[in-house]
Amino acid sequence: MVELAQVWDWLAKVPDPEIPVISVTDLGIVREVAYDGDTLVVTVTPTYSGCPATAVINFEIEKALRAQGVDKLRLERRLDPPWTTDWLAPAAREKLRAYGIAPPIDGTRAQGVVAGRISRLTGAALVVACPRCGSEQTQKVSQFGSTPCKAAYQCRDCLEPFDYFKCI
Amino acid sequence: MSVALDLDVALFEGLCRLGDSTLVLGHRVSEWCGHAPVLEEDIALANVALDLIGQTQMWLGLAAEVEGKGRDADALAFRRDVWDFRNLLLVERPNGDFGQTLMRQFLFDAWHQPMLKALEGSGDPRIAAIAAKAGREVAYHLERSADLVIRLGDGTPESHARMQSALDRLWPYTGEMMMSDDTDRALADAGIMAAPDSIRPQWNALVAEVLSEATLKAPDHSFMHKGGKQGTHSEHLGHMLATMQWLQRAYPDATW
Repeated sequence: MVELAQVWDWLAKVPDPEIPVISVTDLGIVREVAYDGDTLVVTVTPTYSGCPATAVINFEIEKALRAQGVDKLRLERRLDPPWTTDWLAPAAREKLRAYGIAPPIDGTRAQGVVAGRISRLTGAALVVACPRCGSEQTQKVSQFGSTPCKAAYQCRDCLEPFDYFKCI
Repeated sequence: MSVALDLDVALFEGLCRLGDSTLVLGHRVSEWCGHAPVLEEDIALANVALDLIGQTQMWLGLAAEVEGKGRDADALAFRRDVWDFRNLLLVERPNGDFGQTLMRQFLFDAWHQPMLKALEGSGDPRIAAIAAKAGREVAYHLERSADLVIRLGDGTPESHARMQSALDRLWPYTGEMMMSDDTDRALADAGIMAAPDSIRPQWNALVAEVLSEATLKAPDHSFMHKGGKQGTHSEHLGHMLATMQWLQRAYPDATW
């Protein structure tokens, strides 16, 4: 049987289908790799419950491991604890920025309407730096960007529109 | 034995109420795809619909598991007829204009978020896990819908009039969200699901605060429609299902 550390290494090379500069382990969605008898069990948690990439991610994981000769394999889904952007590896955040996506700012996930309004009223609105020029003069265009995990922003200095990987 | 059996029946009902409400609202919101007033809103609506349909897969998936008759989430979504649906009447209301769609979303989100928060404390770990997952997504839905209700309500005379009209139309459908029946009470007594009427104080406070900032006035009549949770629906749901279920009805078990 293959060493688990080796399996983790292989998984670290499986790219996220939506954001191919980061891997499934960078994203923090592989929660556990273990053997059940002689069957390798990979436990994956979904990012967003409706994320269409989830099925593709499972397929890519299975394909990558089978290509390495793992033939007894099972993928399991785990919902609890729910995925959070806090699990994004530090190196992955820099990869996101270089790719043009502003990485999540920890501790800023939506708390619902009251917290959102208080932050607006007190002017403590989220400052998201432009991944292209670094300016903090940016504005939110929409709570939802090209995918549920991102918000749409625009830089007021370089005028570039960009995605912000929002905190959840 | 018979008590346990009854509780499973109640649990199936309760899960269908949650899953059917997210399914029907998710489908309604997805009808906007390609038709919203601006591109950003089109994308936001599609994202909200996607979250809701993802949550539906979890709720109806669990409902099918609890039922134990070999059905899955797809079978529940696409092979049941209108009288078997347990969604709230509010979510089957047609989209109307953008203002009506947003107002419906806000009135629902203001219930959805505290309800999910309460369900995180469910004695059934499967329910608590789904609620925790869905709750994080819904917090964003609520921030967006409340924000837009305020901006459009306290906006131009045209947007204000449309939001007030949307509120007047939808208000009689809000009561059902917070009415508890025997099924709800059985689940609440067993510590499995929060009773809908326990959400009332939070919903009232949140809605009052947002409407006041939006310069909108809740109607003072108290008549409320009900029946969706028990399977008595308006004519609109059948039309929606005819579209939504067409493919699986015409070509059962079709795959690609």
